[in-house]
Amino acid sequence: MTPNLTASAAELARLMAAGELTSEVLTRSCLARIEQLNPALNVFLSVDAESALAQARDIDARRAAGEKLGPLAGIPIGVKDNFCTTDFPTTCGSRMLQGWTPPYDSTVVGKLRAAGLVIVGKTNMDEFAMGSSTETSFYGPTRNPWDTERIPGGSGGGSAAAVASFMVPLAVGSDTGGSIRQPGSVTGTVGVKPTYGGVSRYGLVAMASSLDQPGPCARTALDAAMLQEIIGGYDRHDSASIDQPVGDLTGAASAADLSGLRVGVVTELGGEGYEPDVLARFDEAVDLLRAAGAEVVEVSCPSFRYALPAYYLIQPAELSSNLARFDGMRYGHRAGDDGTRSAEEVMNLTRDEGFGKEAKRRIIIGTYALSAGYYDAYYGSAQKVRTLIQQDFDRAFEAVDVLVSPTTPTVAFKIGERMADPMSMYMADLCTIPSNMAGNASASFPAGLSEDGLPVGLQVMAPPMADERLYRVGGVLERALEQQWGAPLLARLAEKEISA
Amino acid sequence: MGITADDVARLGALARIRLTEQECHDLAPELNVILESVRSVSEVAGPDVPMATHAIPMANVFRDDVVTGSLTQEQALSGAPDQEDGRFRVPQILGEE
Amino acid sequence: MTATVDYDDLLTRYEPVLGLEVHVELNTNSKMFCGCPTTFGGEPNTQVCPVCLGLPGSLPVINCKAVESAIRIGLALNCQIADWCRMARKNYFYPDMTKNFQTSQYDEPIAFDGYVDLEVEGKTYRVEIERAHMEEDAGKALHVGGSGRIHGAEYSLIDYNRAGVPLIEIVTKPVKGAGDKAPEVAKAYVSHLRDLLRALGVSDVRMEQGSLRCDANVSLMPIGSEVLGTRTETKNVNSLRSVERSIRYEMTRQAAILDDGGKVKQETRHFHEGEGNTSPGRSKEEAEDYRYFAEPDLMPIAPSREWVEELRGTLPEPPAERRRRLQAEWGFSDIDFGGIVSSGALDLVDATVVAGATPGASRKWWVTELARRANEAGVELDALAITPAQVAAVQGLVDDGKVNDKLARQVIEGVLAGEGEPAEVVEKRGLAVVSDEGALSTAVDEVIERNPEVADKIRAGKVQAAGALIGQVMKAMKGQADAAKVRELILSKLS
Repeated sequence: MTPNLTASAAELARLMAAGELTSEVLTRSCLARIEQLNPALNVFLSVDAESALAQARDIDARRAAGEKLGPLAGIPIGVKDNFCTTDFPTTCGSRMLQGWTPPYDSTVVGKLRAAGLVIVGKTNMDEFAMGSSTETSFYGPTRNPWDTERIPGGSGGGSAAAVASFMVPLAVGSDTGGSIRQPGSVTGTVGVKPTYGGVSRYGLVAMASSLDQPGPCARTALDAAMLQEIIGGYDRHDSASIDQPVGDLTGAASAADLSGLRVGVVTELGGEGYEPDVLARFDEAVDLLRAAGAEVVEVSCPSFRYALPAYYLIQPAELSSNLARFDGMRYGHRAGDDGTRSAEEVMNLTRDEGFGKEAKRRIIIGTYALSAGYYDAYYGSAQKVRTLIQQDFDRAFEAVDVLVSPTTPTVAFKIGERMADPMSMYMADLCTIPSNMAGNASASFPAGLSEDGLPVGLQVMAPPMADERLYRVGGVLERALEQQWGAPLLARLAEKEISA
Repeated sequence: MGITADDVARLGALARIRLTEQECHDLAPELNVILESVRSVSEVAGPDVPMATHAIPMANVFRDDVVTGSLTQEQALSGAPDQEDGRFRVPQILGEE
Repeated sequence: MTATVDYDDLLTRYEPVLGLEVHVELNTNSKMFCGCPTTFGGEPNTQVCPVCLGLPGSLPVINCKAVESAIRIGLALNCQIADWCRMARKNYFYPDMTKNFQTSQYDEPIAFDGYVDLEVEGKTYRVEIERAHMEEDAGKALHVGGSGRIHGAEYSLIDYNRAGVPLIEIVTKPVKGAGDKAPEVAKAYVSHLRDLLRALGVSDVRMEQGSLRCDANVSLMPIGSEVLGTRTETKNVNSLRSVERSIRYEMTRQAAILDDGGKVKQETRHFHEGEGNTSPGRSKEEAEDYRYFAEPDLMPIAPSREWVEELRGTLPEPPAERRRRLQAEWGFSDIDFGGIVSSGALDLVDATVVAGATPGASRKWWVTELARRANEAGVELDALAITPAQVAAVQGLVDDGKVNDKLARQVIEGVLAGEGEPAEVVEKRGLAVVSDEGALSTAVDEVIERNPEVADKIRAGKVQAAGALIGQVMKAMKGQADAAKVRELILSKLS
């Protein structure tokens, strides 16, 4: 029996619960698909087939023994390579951590294991999550399954491409400025950045602590909701973890319509600089929301214009400090230790050799932004801008229940196109950054294809701890589009032959 | 008032990254472009706007003073580039005695 | 630079200004941000976890007890307690720091603007407290090869067991106006802190184990000037005595430079206990830029006023009040009581009294015999290997007539030498006084026979002459007799 790898995680889980499919068979198929496509796409940095099959057989045995298992037990999953795992190296896409296997599991991974998901491997990413294209990975770029000449987004391009190319039905990612949502948008998948504090960061290698947030990558709103229900929740190891119940995410993903929902279109996130196809698909999606009963208004968030510049101060500042620990003394790469050099010199050489260009660029900017004499003008001002953005969100959410925008101004760009121009790369996160700055929940859902057949995403933003609203909008939009096309968006990719 | 190659070298020293002269020269104009584009932030917020540091404001997140598990020595040293007698071995440290 | 300057003389030209930074290791069960134990002396790198090792992905969570201790220390130092404050990252690279930043506090300390009043030689000095803030300790590096110091070491070995142990740093405002007593005031300040912290029960306060560390900033200001001089910061000050000595040394060293028309260099110096001098640390090429910013992984600390007041209710009696109370209870003169305080014996005497000895006997043992022995050994009184309960037990033996004063000193010697409890020492060393009336009576008879003239004087009523005979009897008994008993016997035989 060959399982249908294009089926949703919810459907595959139903088949397993009904005894029509085993996790071993499913996992074997996923592993075969990875083996077939990974050379072309460079999605997985490490895969452990033996371990995955052992996990799968264990789940099958427990199910056969009548044990009550979680709703996604037996589903294969990919994990972004910045989540600590005791059974896989955790490289963060960096030479600095080549071959490093942590002695502990991240909370997210621990929860996946407890829920019986089968971790097949670790997915590629921009180095330490710094990038919007997965091109800054020391281990080479990941390619977009829709067009292998193009980027899959970043930093979590590996997780998004893994899900889009049907290697695994689910993956987890982390989102600091759009690293789950923007890859979701350009690969035609669902990517959710939960409320900051909704999913534990413990064991997620930090880029920018006040912005980082783990979240699900999936092919449907319901799948993402099911995964968030597993990885989310209070964790005493993360001081920012919120000890409050969240709404019914899976219930919301299955909502029939949007009647009574007030949707705000953000004036500042659109217009000049956005590709016409992106704006066209966005407008059509908003029409579908209106048709499903939503009341749509336009909302202005004037401070969003400053979100990107403020983000490019706060994020490098925090990461310059977070990445200081990579010095070759306790773990990871060590360079130049020939017995004559001092610790200081070895640190200098290690960090020069271990970090790639973008990492160095950001560390230097962050060091500058925090240094004496510049703190107030840069870091201090950026934190004030953050307050203004939060105030804009607060005001907006008094008037509407959710805000919407394109997820990213363009479709997937070509590999290499923006590497020489950091600012053009940073622009990819223009729409996603405000929610990281304010900490509210936000997600990207497929909204159709451009003329060139490349995916476009719709971003939905909800107030903190109102994550269920994302899923309600996403679920309704997904079904409306499916009805229009007669099939899910990704079905078109399933028909394509993927090759490098 | 931009960043010069010398500034980059100084920042590199502060961040413990050995940058070659070439790297400093290459990085300086790139950093200036980035800093130019972020300069606007210092103009938007007045003195009355408080600085945010956390997305969701919380306070007094504490743990009880209870001993929980530690790693074994072997686990602690498992990633060490070099070790000796249960300790991390590092090159000679220059600095204060 | 070898010019010697007379200490008293320099004070006619310069006013010393001090600044003291004291680091206190808290005695919490677990570390500041993780559940690793804080116990001293474990096998290397066995009291570490992803958090205190700074492993990628790990996150800190604040130990509530450490905050509580910080607030209690702040209150005991008469400080204001912040309504709201944050931890901050102090960024600098050093291999004993696992994250290459220290989680500390910057411009928002938990406690600030306090003071302590000290008495030095009958005069009261107020030392103002700038701030007391929370931070974490670093690991310990062992330097291998070369001289064993950092310079010339071939490599270093690091144990991170101590990394992340909670620290409170207490910083004074500039201490001025102490004049020639500046070193004593500094010593009294650290001694006061030690007593206070011990009474609060928040730290082991063992300077020799590093759970109490003092950095002394010293500068000299020409008398009549308003401008502070250049300061030096002396580290490695590991005992109360060293606090005083290192400051005295720095004052004379700086005066010699200034007298020569030179300039004091702003630097970190290290105190050498053996030589009693200081030497410069490696100077940094440029001032460190610590790039402080609020720690994004930790939430602000906002102690409620109810909590602060509740903690205020747990404070021990303030030291000055306690001293007044104990002096009254014990009935000592100012001189006798002052002797106890200045020798650092107050807690020990108090504990000995609590253990059952009289205040007089307790004072006598600690201020004379034990103070002498501590001095000989070059250690603090409380570092002696004898407890107040053991001292009280020794006095009990004296009171029961089992040993005399001279034997009691030998018992103490035995206890200090680790021979066991006082009763065991008496047993093992065979120190009990001879209560065998027969042997004693024979000895007295022999002495009377050898000294007929003295015996006659006593018979004639010159009782004070008995002293000469008592001494001979004691000698004959090798000290193992109760002198009072001997006197009684002589007098009864000659009456």
